[in-house]
Amino acid sequence: MSFRKYTPKNDVQKKSYYTDRFLVVPEIPKLEITDALLKLHVETIGASVEVLDAHTQRDQVIVYVNHTDIVATLTILKSIGYTTLTEMSAIDWLEKRDGFEVFYQLVNMGLSRRIRIKCFLKNGQVVDSVEKLYRSADWSEREMFDMFGIKVNNHPSLKRILLPEDWQGHPLLKTYPLHGDEFASWYEVDLIYGKEYRDVIGPEQRDAAYVNEEDTRNFSRLGHEVEFCEMPTKDDVPIEYQEQKQPFLIRDMKPENQKNIDDRR
Amino acid sequence: MQQANRLKPYYENLSFDREDDRMIINFGPNHPSAHGLLNLILEMEGEQIKKATPNVGFLHRGMEKMAENMIYNEFLPTTDRMDYVAASSNNYAFALAVEKLIDVEPPRRAQVIRMLLLELNRMISHLFWLATHALDIGAMSIFLYAFREREYCLDLIEDYCGARLTHSAIRIGGVPLDLPDGWLENLQKFMDHLPKEIEMYERLLDTNRIWRMRLENVGYLSQEMATSWGATGVMLRGSNIKWDIRKNEPYELYDEVDFDVPVTETCDSYGRYKCYMEEFRQIIRIVNQVIKMYDGTEPQLIANAPQYLSAHKEDMMTQNYSLMQHFVLVTQGMRPPKGEVYVGTESPKGELGFYIYSDGEPYAHRLKVRAPSFFHTGLLQDWLPGCYLADVVTIIGSSNTVFGEVDR
Repeated sequence: MSFRKYTPKNDVQKKSYYTDRFLVVPEIPKLEITDALLKLHVETIGASVEVLDAHTQRDQVIVYVNHTDIVATLTILKSIGYTTLTEMSAIDWLEKRDGFEVFYQLVNMGLSRRIRIKCFLKNGQVVDSVEKLYRSADWSEREMFDMFGIKVNNHPSLKRILLPEDWQGHPLLKTYPLHGDEFASWYEVDLIYGKEYRDVIGPEQRDAAYVNEEDTRNFSRLGHEVEFCEMPTKDDVPIEYQEQKQPFLIRDMKPENQKNIDDRR
Repeated sequence: MQQANRLKPYYENLSFDREDDRMIINFGPNHPSAHGLLNLILEMEGEQIKKATPNVGFLHRGMEKMAENMIYNEFLPTTDRMDYVAASSNNYAFALAVEKLIDVEPPRRAQVIRMLLLELNRMISHLFWLATHALDIGAMSIFLYAFREREYCLDLIEDYCGARLTHSAIRIGGVPLDLPDGWLENLQKFMDHLPKEIEMYERLLDTNRIWRMRLENVGYLSQEMATSWGATGVMLRGSNIKWDIRKNEPYELYDEVDFDVPVTETCDSYGRYKCYMEEFRQIIRIVNQVIKMYDGTEPQLIANAPQYLSAHKEDMMTQNYSLMQHFVLVTQGMRPPKGEVYVGTESPKGELGFYIYSDGEPYAHRLKVRAPSFFHTGLLQDWLPGCYLADVVTIIGSSNTVFGEVDR
């Protein structure tokens, strides 16, 4: 009796095939904030909201706050010159910590300073939208919802942005396989041909490296070409190049008439 | 076999307010002036736009997901396909983020070559922008002239790395190759010749009545809207904000070269056009300075960090340990330390940033691409209302979006 090999479903990302037993990967040191301006800015945040942690990594300031304080924190930061929300998104920690980390990368163009605000969301918790403060969050939050399924409060139109609106599943979750799930493999088949043609068409092959030598509809073998949808052949099929038939452009082109440019202008 | 009624146009799923006499126009996704697959749903009152809904995602390939399933070196060629007009700037932004993560600085010769490639890419991108933007407006001849110069740029890039569009010419920790013989002379010749061409473009367009009527006072972008929407690059400088990452947070050798950051006070499409034309001159200025830096640099091309980066070929062929290390780095991939970085660079389109969260594995735990065009496209929904239908093409053109980058 044989059992199918168990593969964990909570993280289907590619894993390293070999890891040394004694390998200890170092951590980038978390240092005190040394920059006077940034220190002041973090203290300004700390005056009205609870700062859980603030440190620098590779000279980049990271400030952790509670997820309920995000709008308050960003309001303060906007008032002290962080006028642009460069980027925001989430990190999937469902497997290890049952939640997501959401980060907001802000820039102060007057002072040339950047700061990153992070908060932790338990699975199922929602974060308030900062779209009223920073319009760029409109699309970023939609992307975050699209990719992770994290709901955002008070967003004007929280719908998918990059994937179709009737898509199921959130692809950047670690539980989502790289080549798509069952739904993804039938999505286009259902859309183009209809559900009733599933047996005829079959699921979409979503592996980019997939090659089927029997299938002459989608693949051709160099040197063994046959007509579209015909049976494959092992015989050599000579390839005719258009040069052999000599269309007029090539027929009239003589080497002595050609001009070689030695020099780029 | 195919059922016609299965393919429902996308807008039928949206509900609009039908009580007024607004007209709904679907702009794209296959509109030649949208520079890619952009579907704009425009609600019009007469010729004026009342509501604009950009619809993106037609070119979504899931690059961030791919990045989580690839070792760092494997992902580098994928970044070419984001902003495919200027591929090296994507390679560079990614390489710089990983270098920041592993704390490696490339050798000086690699930095010089990178600077040349980056500025050539900026030149290609701006020329491409000028050509297609002018073509959208209706100026055909400028398209041919700009593409001719772009072709010379592409030839130079091809001489260096063998590829015209997807260069992958920048590696983590340096560059793969030294400059071929005579490359710098060719580049210098091209740079000497280019100012004349730039002048000709300006002669063709600057005082052209049609060009000015189509661009002046069209697409006014206020400072508040630009900063709030995260506009960067020429879009931001076109709104009179002097912000250039090369100047404000210098990376590579940008702190050693002299250049100006052009801004415009008019905040309209014509002002942005003038910004682009000024940037051409600044690129020439930078390249002319960087060419002189090449002589006298050590021949090393990749940083020496055996834990993360393969040694160069000669070591690999002679030193046993280098070969073993190379084998491990190729098959298993490098394992950067645990931690996170965000690095923004000034790509031709704006701020192209990579956020990497490393969990100590050879695969990034999270890689987020901050693409400038994504926000420039989102901006359209606040920017277009109030404009006229004829100006939509001008506005999309002057925002210089590339959809490989929007959809990733």
